[in-house]
Amino acid sequence: MFYGIELPSRLMLGTAQYPSPQVLRDAIAASGAAVITVSLRREGREGGAFREILTDSGCRLLPNTAGCHSAREAVTTADMAREVMGTSWIKLEVIGHADTLQPDPFALVEAARILCAEGFDVFPYTTEDLILGEKLVEAGCRVLMPWGAPIGSGQGLSNRAGLARMRAHFPDIPLVIDAGIGAPSQAAEAMEMGFDAVLLNTAVASARDPVAMARAFGQAVEAGRTAQAAGLMPRRDMARASTPVFGMAELLA
Amino acid sequence: MRIELNGSPVETGSSTLADLITERGFPEAAVATALDGVFVPRNARSGTALTAGARVEVLTPMQGG
Repeated sequence: MFYGIELPSRLMLGTAQYPSPQVLRDAIAASGAAVITVSLRREGREGGAFREILTDSGCRLLPNTAGCHSAREAVTTADMAREVMGTSWIKLEVIGHADTLQPDPFALVEAARILCAEGFDVFPYTTEDLILGEKLVEAGCRVLMPWGAPIGSGQGLSNRAGLARMRAHFPDIPLVIDAGIGAPSQAAEAMEMGFDAVLLNTAVASARDPVAMARAFGQAVEAGRTAQAAGLMPRRDMARASTPVFGMAELLA
Repeated sequence: MRIELNGSPVETGSSTLADLITERGFPEAAVATALDGVFVPRNARSGTALTAGARVEVLTPMQGG
């Protein structure tokens, strides 16, 4: 449940960088995503056509504060997004460095506190830092979105052990792996680890065939989630035969 | 008077933010506005006066990740 909403798909898809508006439309549909992310930018010639795609998709919108470097800027962006998109959901990004795109944890908590008090449902883009996660929960966040790897890097879960600790530390908070996912196998891995959803953009948009890749990610997220619920076997250091020895014939070796 | 609209200098005859939105043909329900970096809610646009040199932002949902 994400702020009381049960989602039919655990894949959240970004809408940037697609080769054409039609490919974006088809990719959203093929992915099965129930949530798509959007930014807030200056109104230009293409605004109307893009808004039509959003409406036609039938998806819930998750506006972001991408590009904001201060709490104040992010809060203003969130206020504007809420009014124009009619949703209290906000993907809170407060970027600490233009090259690494790493979140600024101090400004992030400050902005989260203000927005939660204003009644927003905040989805903070954060790191796997446990104390930062706790501060965000204290601020009122009921979802956390740790990065898998730097935005757009396609490296997957670069600190798998740290993310596993985060999952264990916040058993009751929905956790979404946001950013850094490059391949469906990585999305499946996140779901197998018990994360509640995966948010990605570049891996689909920059594929040679974005629509097919969107489908592949949808399937991977579904497979990973089903596998997690089914209970994965424990890893072993040594081999163990799966075929029984009982009933084996005595033959010349 | 001369103001800055979405980063570009423009000449306008509008005296309020609401008039400017109409003058420029923006879809008023599909945009969010800010004046000098501060959010102006839709219902406050008609009561928000523009002065020379005002910086106006008119934003809408666009592609994002």
